[in-house]
Amino acid sequence: MFDIDRWREIFQSINKNRLRSVMSGFTVSFAILLFTLLFGIVNGLSNSFTSAFVDDAQNSMQVRVRKTTKPFKGLQTGREIQLRNDDYNFVKDTYKDKIQYQSARIYKNFTLKYKNEANNYDVRAVNPDHQFLEKTIIDEGRYLNERDLNEKSKVIVIGRLVKEDLFGEKPALGKRLNVNGSSYLIIGIFSDEGGDNEERIAYIPVTTAQNIYGNNDYISQINLGYNPNLSLDAAIAFGNKIERDLRKKLNIHPDDQSALSVRNMAEANKGVGMFMGALYAIVILVGSGTLVAGIIGISNIMIFVIKERTKEFGIRKALGATPASIIGMVVQESVLITTIAGYLGLSLGTYILSLIGNNLEEKYFIKDPSVSPAIVIAATVVLILSGLVAGYVPAKRAANIKPIEALRAD
Amino acid sequence: MIRIEKMHKSYPIGKDSLHVLKGIDLHIKEGEFVSIMGSSGSGKSTLLNIVGLLDIHDEGNYYLNGELIKDMNEKKAAILRNKFLGFVFQSFNLISYKTALENVALPLYYKGINRKERLEIAMDYLDKVGLKQWANHLPNELSGGQKQRVAIARALVTKPKVVLADEPTGALDSTTTDSVMDLLKDINDEGMTVFVITHEEEVAEQTKRIVRLKDGVIISDELTNIGKAV
Ligand SMILES: Nc1ncnc2c1ncn2[C@@H]1O[C@H](COP(=O)(O)OP(=O)(O)OP(=O)(O)O)[C@@H](O)[C@H]1O
Ligand SMILES: [Mg+2]
Repeated sequence: MFDIDRWREIFQSINKNRLRSVMSGFTVSFAILLFTLLFGIVNGLSNSFTSAFVDDAQNSMQVRVRKTTKPFKGLQTGREIQLRNDDYNFVKDTYKDKIQYQSARIYKNFTLKYKNEANNYDVRAVNPDHQFLEKTIIDEGRYLNERDLNEKSKVIVIGRLVKEDLFGEKPALGKRLNVNGSSYLIIGIFSDEGGDNEERIAYIPVTTAQNIYGNNDYISQINLGYNPNLSLDAAIAFGNKIERDLRKKLNIHPDDQSALSVRNMAEANKGVGMFMGALYAIVILVGSGTLVAGIIGISNIMIFVIKERTKEFGIRKALGATPASIIGMVVQESVLITTIAGYLGLSLGTYILSLIGNNLEEKYFIKDPSVSPAIVIAATVVLILSGLVAGYVPAKRAANIKPIEALRAD
Repeated sequence: MIRIEKMHKSYPIGKDSLHVLKGIDLHIKEGEFVSIMGSSGSGKSTLLNIVGLLDIHDEGNYYLNGELIKDMNEKKAAILRNKFLGFVFQSFNLISYKTALENVALPLYYKGINRKERLEIAMDYLDKVGLKQWANHLPNELSGGQKQRVAIARALVTKPKVVLADEPTGALDSTTTDSVMDLLKDINDEGMTVFVITHEEEVAEQTKRIVRLKDGVIISDELTNIGKAV
């Protein structure tokens, strides 16, 4: 393998027979180019899909209510459904081990005012777990905690853009903020990868909101994070069960999707997963087809090449070449050609993908198409192996021809 | 050097087989200069190829340099060829993409000698056959006689014990034939055993011993005038 003279023989043979070498390399380059482009583009699609879901936790579920659309047990349609703390606790107690995070949510819209700056903002009254469900990132201070809820404290966590609007460059943490007329302590400032709208809001404890604004135990929606140990199917079943149980508890027709529904990330994930799975399956099929075509191409060319060189092998044998040295020479040449040709195809492919970059994101839903190092390594290994096989089989046959027959060949 | 006892060889042709060598007994001592003559198809090349380990015999014994050649695998045969034998073919058999110098150096590559030394030795031998200034030419830039001299240099470069030549002058005109024969004589004078097939009486007369084959058997085996003179 590391015999310089052997390499010299091979380079000479490749160099002096350029057309032949280029021909054998071309099929491989082309196959790898197609393979790279295909994989890259599917990865681009996949990137678009995953980035569409980065906002919330992957295991999040939301229980939402609206008006009934079906009569049930003498109750008429059009009835407004209201979730209460009791429902929240029911979910919490009934499905304890299937839930990782749980938070209530009440939607409010308040004027927030600091000194002379004032603005209307969406304010969400939530539980501490909400931080993980919404993937809220704390930049300064802290998030809401259990104590804030128990004491119904007037504390507030504001979004990065709220802080920018009201405080500009000045520090906001620890300052008092006027929320709809009452004074709240700013305990934290957050950011969110979900975009600007998710950073132009504020969070207060759900108990505080219930106490001050209406003095009731209403909640707008229940957010859950199912136990990540659940399989997608189990998580979907879990969502359906909550739906059934809560409809029963709230006297809603079992099929009234509008009155109460669980929006389950698991379902979306499963859909995307199945779609991506199907896409990858197709790619792997088409991709390996291309590779196999490339391998068959180079094998055929190697057979032809070796036939053409039979006489040369006969001469070499007469001069003292062992069969092993002939096989070694041919295989090494074949591996070298496949590897270089494959590398060229791969480089060209990655270059084209990098040119595409994010240009196709809008129109074709392809974001940052690229091939992962693992794929590159796998493809390289496949190349080297195919070079080995493509060279070995015909070389072995050629090396076993009796020298006198090889010499007679033309 | 070469001892052959009751050697038989047949070629399969479809279902039948063609009996080519029918019991050859031949003994060639070290330093001999032997020519084989015989009509076309009498089995001369077959015999030479077996002696050269390029083909295998069916029956009888063959000793090369005292070693019985039997059940030889390709690897061992390759090593023996490289060590003991040098070949000169009627059709030269040079590798077309290698220069004269590289062709001559090739057997040394299979001997495991490093490149620098290889090329030096090869150059010496090219010089010996008078082709030093043609060292970097490809075979298709050389005349038939020059090609054959390159082939002879290649056959000699490993200092073999036996040089086997199958009609080395068959493709050459009379002047170049003489120069090739002079080379073979020089080699023999240096002590190498030379075994040459030819159709031409004038060529055979320049060797020391003539073996005549007919239909796969030896019909005569005599010293030439030169041979007797020694
Ligand atoms: N590989 C082979 N398969 C079948 N028959 C063969 C083979 N090689 C040689 N023969 C036959 O064996 C016989 C002897 O052939 P060989 O080449 O030894 O003759 P030769 O004396 O060298 O003849 P020439 O002077 O024409 O070179 C011929 O009839 C030839 O056709
Ligand atoms: Mg012949």
